[in-house]
Amino acid sequence: MNDPGRGLNTSWRRLSVRMLLVHPVREVGQAIPALIGLVVAGRATGDGQMRWLAPLGVMLVIVVSVLRWLTTRYRITAQQVQLRTGLLRRKTISTPTDRVRTVHVTASALHRVLGLAKVEIGTGSHQGGHGLLLDSLRVVEAAGLRAELLHHSAAPSSDLGGAVSSSQTPAAPPLRAEPVAGAAGPGRDDTELARMDPRWVRFAPFTMSGVLGAVAIAGVGSRLINQVGVSITDVGPIRVGVAYARHTPLWVDVMQGLAGLAVFVTVLSVGGYALSYWGFRLTRHPEGSLHTTRGLLTTRATSIEERRLRGLEVAEPLLLRAVRAARLSGITTGLKARRGADGGSSMLLPPAPRAVARAVAAAVLGDPTPVQVALTAHGPIARRRRFMRAMPVPLVLIVAAGVALWRGASPWFALVAALSVPVTVMLAADRYRSLGHALAGSFLVTRSGSLYRRRDVLDCDGIIGWNLRQTYFQRRAGLATLTATTAAGRQRYAVRDVRMPIALSLADHALPGLLDDFLVSAPAPVTG
Amino acid sequence: MQLRDPVHLVSSRAVAYWTVRAVPMWILVLVAEFFWFSSSGDRTGLRVAVPVVTVLLAGTHLIVMPRWRYRVHRWEVTSTAVYTQSGWLVQERRIAPLSRVQTVDTERGPLEQLFRLANVTVTTASAAGPLRIHGLDAATAEGVVVELTEATGRSEGDAT
Repeated sequence: MNDPGRGLNTSWRRLSVRMLLVHPVREVGQAIPALIGLVVAGRATGDGQMRWLAPLGVMLVIVVSVLRWLTTRYRITAQQVQLRTGLLRRKTISTPTDRVRTVHVTASALHRVLGLAKVEIGTGSHQGGHGLLLDSLRVVEAAGLRAELLHHSAAPSSDLGGAVSSSQTPAAPPLRAEPVAGAAGPGRDDTELARMDPRWVRFAPFTMSGVLGAVAIAGVGSRLINQVGVSITDVGPIRVGVAYARHTPLWVDVMQGLAGLAVFVTVLSVGGYALSYWGFRLTRHPEGSLHTTRGLLTTRATSIEERRLRGLEVAEPLLLRAVRAARLSGITTGLKARRGADGGSSMLLPPAPRAVARAVAAAVLGDPTPVQVALTAHGPIARRRRFMRAMPVPLVLIVAAGVALWRGASPWFALVAALSVPVTVMLAADRYRSLGHALAGSFLVTRSGSLYRRRDVLDCDGIIGWNLRQTYFQRRAGLATLTATTAAGRQRYAVRDVRMPIALSLADHALPGLLDDFLVSAPAPVTG
Repeated sequence: MQLRDPVHLVSSRAVAYWTVRAVPMWILVLVAEFFWFSSSGDRTGLRVAVPVVTVLLAGTHLIVMPRWRYRVHRWEVTSTAVYTQSGWLVQERRIAPLSRVQTVDTERGPLEQLFRLANVTVTTASAAGPLRIHGLDAATAEGVVVELTEATGRSEGDAT
């Protein structure tokens, strides 16, 4: 590697030799159960032949540590940071120096006693285990390395210097949850984008979290009753109820049960909605950040920097859609993709009337088209695929019901199986209706799903690359699933089952130029 | 409009490598069958048929799979982008602009070192988009890594 000077040490460097004291201690610690096993095995055979196993285990751990020290090397050049590890499985990780975002220096108690520190070089890549970990360097070396990385990346890119200089915090925490009284509270010159209308609580029973909350409370309640040791039929009102149920026809019981369940779910979900969303307010700070405050008992305030915002998701689950409501959440970088329906802190609007959701989305994006534009449907083949993919469920149910009936089960099974057909057909039809995509302004819009329908609006600037995936059946049908990868939100936003030429033209228009080298206008002969 | 295949095939030694790598699994299956039949009673027909079928399946798999993979697995690096194609029944093409590349890794397992092969993984800031090239010639892989890191070093910004 040519060295541009500036007094850089670009040679390969090793970790501190003292790491040989850290690793065996830690790994012998981890291996203690196995070692105990070996000792016991040595004892059990009695004649002493196995006694050497335990010392051998310790030796092995030490040898592995020494090998690791010998094979781990790193270097920093003007262009890149490189780390080499492994004897049998050799691995080299290289990253451009100006992509270094964070340098974490940490030291456990053991490290501190030995005057060592662990250096973790983060590139912002979310891949687990893909960071560059140097375990361990001498404290002086670690501090020097941090300075060195800062020095390097300050030269080629100006806005990263600050990020690298902080040792313990990620580049810029985009979302913070802190009490309203905190510094992030909305100020006077904020513009209000949304404020909760108390009438919105009517949507609570139509949210999944409301239903699940009710089920959870019922479950905990029944377990409590069990633990107290009271049989459920001993409770006065329930005993009366059971006695009453014995004297009325079955369908009356079912209807009453359903009505009771509806009341139960409604009360609990409305309570839950009020607890978490009461007083919800979304404001925009003129310096480029969005703030939400919410909560009845515990108030929560969240700030989202707009430069970290790459778009938003409009969620319309089936039940919410039935009452013309929707929910909004932001697509932001810097947070690991969260599991669950509404990525927690990036929530922008609780279940609210669809018109309100659209208006808020337009205000947040600064462009009303992405949430209003009519989406391009994916065509008859995609529709056929929705139905084909839905069929196995009722088929299995019908076969199972047939077998059950043949063995003399109750005819209710047949009814369930028969009902599953129209339900599946309706779901498939709705899934096809939901399917669509569009390019609106600088945003890629894609929508899919039925039970959990979502319209994703992703800023094309936030798209990092494309994955074009085709199963065997998709290849035969000429369809593909085009996935835009991004560093924000769910990390991937898919346009499902779209015809190949349309997928390509969409990708080409969203990120002009990227595909140019790989596109051919005429159908190419199949190669290879 | 069509997307053409990436230009380069991986190393032809990858075919042998994939074959050798798949052999132990089939040996395990055969050994398991051997023990199974040596412990069970006398069903001579089964005793002959099952291993024969297994050997046939193994032969087909060992002949077809590596060659099919070899034809699908392709890669290309241009001055602006990385482009890979992989898979078998489910095929996937991935494209990432060099300006968004975060790290370039090479990895060589013991068996791969024997065949002088290497894997190259190109990661971006998205958890969804690492591009992997399996079974590259080790020297080619070194060249690709140098080329990629130099190209990505030229572009600025934090690539999110």
